[in-house]
Amino acid sequence: MSAVLEVNGLKTHFFTRAGVVKAVDGVDFSVSSGEIMGLVGESGSGKSITGFSILGLIDSPGRIVEGSVKFDGTEIADAREEALKQLRGNRIAMIFQDPMMTLNPVLRIDTQMIEAILAHEKIDRATARERCRDALGLVGIPSPEERLNAYPHQLSGGMRQRVAIAIAFLNRPRLIIADEPTTALDVTIQAQIIHEAQKLTRQTGTAMIWITHDLAVVAGLADRISVMYAGRIVEQGETDDVIDRPRHPYTVGLLGSVPSANKRGQRLYQIEGMTPNMLALPQGCAFAPRCTRASDECKTAPPIQKSGGSRIRCFHPFGEGGRA
Amino acid sequence: MSTFIIRRLLQAILVMALMSVIVFFGVNVIGDPVHMLVSPEADQAEIEAAIRRLGLDKPIWEQYLLFVKNAMQGDLGKSFIFGEPALKLIFHHMPATLELAFSALFLAVLIGIPLGLFAGLNPDSPISKGIMAGSIFGFSLPTFWVGLMLILVFSVELGWLPSTGRGETRSVLGFETSLATVDGLKHIILPALNLALLKISLAVRLTRAGVREAMGQDYVKFARAKGLSTNRIIFVHVLKNIMIPVVTVMGLELGSLIGFSVVTEKIFAWPGMGKLLIDAILQLDRPVVVAYLMIIVVFFVLINMIVDILYSILDPRVRLQDQGA
Repeated sequence: MSAVLEVNGLKTHFFTRAGVVKAVDGVDFSVSSGEIMGLVGESGSGKSITGFSILGLIDSPGRIVEGSVKFDGTEIADAREEALKQLRGNRIAMIFQDPMMTLNPVLRIDTQMIEAILAHEKIDRATARERCRDALGLVGIPSPEERLNAYPHQLSGGMRQRVAIAIAFLNRPRLIIADEPTTALDVTIQAQIIHEAQKLTRQTGTAMIWITHDLAVVAGLADRISVMYAGRIVEQGETDDVIDRPRHPYTVGLLGSVPSANKRGQRLYQIEGMTPNMLALPQGCAFAPRCTRASDECKTAPPIQKSGGSRIRCFHPFGEGGRA
Repeated sequence: MSTFIIRRLLQAILVMALMSVIVFFGVNVIGDPVHMLVSPEADQAEIEAAIRRLGLDKPIWEQYLLFVKNAMQGDLGKSFIFGEPALKLIFHHMPATLELAFSALFLAVLIGIPLGLFAGLNPDSPISKGIMAGSIFGFSLPTFWVGLMLILVFSVELGWLPSTGRGETRSVLGFETSLATVDGLKHIILPALNLALLKISLAVRLTRAGVREAMGQDYVKFARAKGLSTNRIIFVHVLKNIMIPVVTVMGLELGSLIGFSVVTEKIFAWPGMGKLLIDAILQLDRPVVVAYLMIIVVFFVLINMIVDILYSILDPRVRLQDQGA
């Protein structure tokens, strides 16, 4: 499998009045076609900004300050807006978190779908409309022809997210960045959406980055998982390795906080402390102040260590099987 | 939809009834029109005759009931001064006011929305800051002063534009209008601009706020992620959303343009309803004042209704039949 996307040393900083926020601070990963990579982290860990950086959708005062984003072998981190526009929605598509907000409330579904095709292809509206109808059918929307004429408010949240997914798949992209696409949905709808997304990536060979804060979601969905903390990836590996044999103390903590993994009546594990203030990150490992295993060594930034298929950023990782 | 319209019309009738009571009794309290009408040398008999002729000898409540009875048949009384039906007088002056109000609204939309759009899209540019500063002036400078300044600069100093009257008019569809002749257009520019200034500022601020808000919405980011052109995002996705508040407010402002063009009409000697109203008030010409205000009420209700209907067309989430308002 060839890498569709390779991200190396990506740094996206926001230059605010209060100081520089290093939202993404040296992120590396790659995704191959047909592969789903889970990008996991708490709110503010920089996972969404990573997604937006790939598409060049970072607004002032933020910008990519360093690093490379290679899409199909072409560098796009410093690409011009016009070149990026041709990629967006065409070769790289994005799905957003809140389906209530992502569709324009005053435009009909067909308008919003057809324009996505016409922005990239010179075909007549009727053909484009047909393709939109087929795409709606593909994501499991009943009577797609009628839905095309509907306005977003006439559809449920789950339906709207299906529409957003249909829009993402419209132009057969090589890569889809899904930014918490199921967070705002009911659990049953969540499972359906995940199922549809998984089916479509397998069918079309599309690569996918699934951004979420919910390890349980990616555990069953992703091929590989990257765990982000304070702008950096702290652990990266095959899903089974990361879930069953977490090495980084943060990943161990995250997994410990998943209620379903715990026995009834047992106290739920919490990671001590709070997510760090992005304006004043601690020296060295950002997780050190909350880490039970931290030592003086952690005041310098830990290098990336490889062990097995995983890459971790920690001086004191847990051993195989999550034990010291 | 039809329930909605019927309810609105019933509300209109109620408002008109209340309005007529307030105005009818209110004007009566201010003063006695007879003294304005008869000559100072008139003797008691002549005054008595005038009072009887105008129907002012009856008690005020009887006068009001008589007015209501006549109003039901479409007769709002005769002007004390001109002896003509008040409605006829007002309708005669109405086209001038309407063309002034619509021209001002047109200017407000034509100038205000593009400027607001620019300021909203480039909030940090010095031009935008200039536009916003200008809009503060538009809001705060009194209409009569701006009108005088416009006359001073463009009519007196530069001599480019005339300052009084409607100029040459031509009949279009049975209405005399200044908009059909070059001379008429020259005459309408200054008063329309004067009347529009505040509405331009309003349109600028509304549009700018709307654009600023819309640009931060997810649907704009999603539209960008779809790879749409900037023009498509601004003129379809953003503009269609901000038109909802802009149409609402500007539509309602049309009512106030018609109703309160009084100052501008006075300054530019524009022979519209506003001028008629001022003269009628000064001469305590009660039938004209009452009829004028009744007509303005009808205008407001009609405009509100049209705005509501437009609103439901622009915003698919709004359905008219189930609203209590």
